Amino acid sequence: MVFVRSSTQNGLSAGLEFSRDQLQTLTEIAQQVRRDIVAMISSARSGHLGPSLSCVEILVSLYFDRMNHKPEDPTWAKRDRLVLCKGHAAPALYATLARAGYFDHENLPTLRKAGSILQGHPARGTPGVDVSTGSLGQGLSIANGMALAARLDGSDFRTYALSGDGECDEGQMWEAAMSASHLGLSNVTLVVDRNGVQSDDITERVKKKEPLDAKWRSFGWQVLEIDGHNFMQIHHSFDVAEWTTDRPTVIIARTVKGKGISFLEGDANSHNASFSEEDLDWALEDLRYS
Amino acid sequence: MSILREELGKTLLELGRTHKNVVVITGDLGKSTGVSAFEAFPERYFNLGISEQDMIGTAAGLASAGKIPIVSTYAIFLAGRAWEQIRNSVARDLLSVKMIATHSGISPSADGSSHQCFEDIALMRAIPGMTVVVPADLSEMRHTVQAAIDMTGPFYVRLGRGEIADIFEDEDDFEIGKGRQISAGPDVGIIASGPLVREAIEAEVRLRKEGINASVLDLHTVKPADSKTIIDVARETGGIVTAEDHNILGGLGSAIAELVSAQYPVPIEMVGIRDRFGESGDLRELMEIHKLTAPHIVEAAKSVMNRRGKTAGIVESQDS
Repeated sequence: MVFVRSSTQNGLSAGLEFSRDQLQTLTEIAQQVRRDIVAMISSARSGHLGPSLSCVEILVSLYFDRMNHKPEDPTWAKRDRLVLCKGHAAPALYATLARAGYFDHENLPTLRKAGSILQGHPARGTPGVDVSTGSLGQGLSIANGMALAARLDGSDFRTYALSGDGECDEGQMWEAAMSASHLGLSNVTLVVDRNGVQSDDITERVKKKEPLDAKWRSFGWQVLEIDGHNFMQIHHSFDVAEWTTDRPTVIIARTVKGKGISFLEGDANSHNASFSEEDLDWALEDLRYS
Repeated sequence: MSILREELGKTLLELGRTHKNVVVITGDLGKSTGVSAFEAFPERYFNLGISEQDMIGTAAGLASAGKIPIVSTYAIFLAGRAWEQIRNSVARDLLSVKMIATHSGISPSADGSSHQCFEDIALMRAIPGMTVVVPADLSEMRHTVQAAIDMTGPFYVRLGRGEIADIFEDEDDFEIGKGRQISAGPDVGIIASGPLVREAIEAEVRLRKEGINASVLDLHTVKPADSKTIIDVARETGGIVTAEDHNILGGLGSAIAELVSAQYPVPIEMVGIRDRFGESGDLRELMEIHKLTAPHIVEAAKSVMNRRGKTAGIVESQDS
């Protein structure tokens, strides 16, 4: 049963193109990506575990079930783009890129180390990374720029952006939101990783985001709300975004910070926790069963 | 004298015809800056509204996908408000975003201190990989904008407002990164940028009447600074006056002091805004109030000549 709420008047056809096999494959990849994230951040002894874990399904879906791209040719002009607005989720991106074949898996333990191709926040130059991010609120503007370039060239590549919910505090997000709507950039799709927690506290105690859907809708975006850990819902929301040609779409993906590790899930302190050897074993054990 | 806004518009229009990858972005100041002339190419002209951070980010996205975005608005908003976006979204990736800042320095005059940007050179200089150019006149503006398009990487062009001087001929030698020697005299060196180049030229004439022969160097490219020519001036004259429509902290004067102190220390006097905010007024009046005119360059020149050879002693502050 597909559950996708939308603000558009059009009915949604719950296509059944998303098969059980596909679901199985993606779930397994997500599991592996989570293990890689935990190992990577542990090896680096710093990094943003909670926010990386919450967007795994979204990234896995993008790279394995949605985007048009060629790992062996990262600068292929027709590729779909991803801007990781929430750059601190870099470990999740790197683990996904490695799985997809952009670079060797052996690089993962070098995260955040001097000379590594895996910088603490994404850097252009790492295969699969189109723009350097890390400073919140900037990525959506960049995505808009890419989408404009596509329009100017008559190219049909899509630009995806993945932001945090805390990131919606930043004024520039809303400047970009207005621009995308004004310019009718339906080739931009934003996913907001709504894990409900930001750096210091839960989002609603820092600066109320709700009603977040109404905010985006009032800025002229189509708003879809989904379970951000549900591959079928992610798949269908991306479909709807593609079918919508008069305005950009934001997918508010309700997620759990620290998803996958039972003792981290939803924990306000999981923003940049890292692990001792013991914790690491426990976390990996936990991932085996989730 | 020509009107900057019109000339910039014409320059961009010509570029738009020959360079199909150039796009222009403004923050609702297309008319004021003159870049709205690019509306002749409507699909390549974007007024993103009063959103400087968004402008820069959007430019970064366009540049990452092969376009050459020219971003234009007032210096304080471009280099100021969007500084972090320039630094983080553009410069770290060496993206070819070309920033044309107008209304820099004291030129906004009547608008007052909120608009008079005396900090942008300092801000842009501190960003690795940034090219920072301050055209002195119309022909330099045209050459600079062309060069900005031809070169790769981030580029900051600093312009004023209203009338723009006519000092050089188009055919005269112009090269980004090369200081332009206007006169060669052994007694004192005057290194100036932007609107103060004209004042420096006038100062040289006044000094000559008093038997003082000055070298005048137009250092349009503040970054990368032409260290060879600057050190040559230091060596040949033994004393330098720097002159800029900018805070004496962090701009042209600082750039020269950094080089000279490291390679060929000579006394330096800085003509510029003395670390204060501006105010409303008539342009010429304000230039007088803030000591940015030829007589002040003359005074500074004599002062620095007096300091030559003296390595100790208290030099009186010229702050008012």
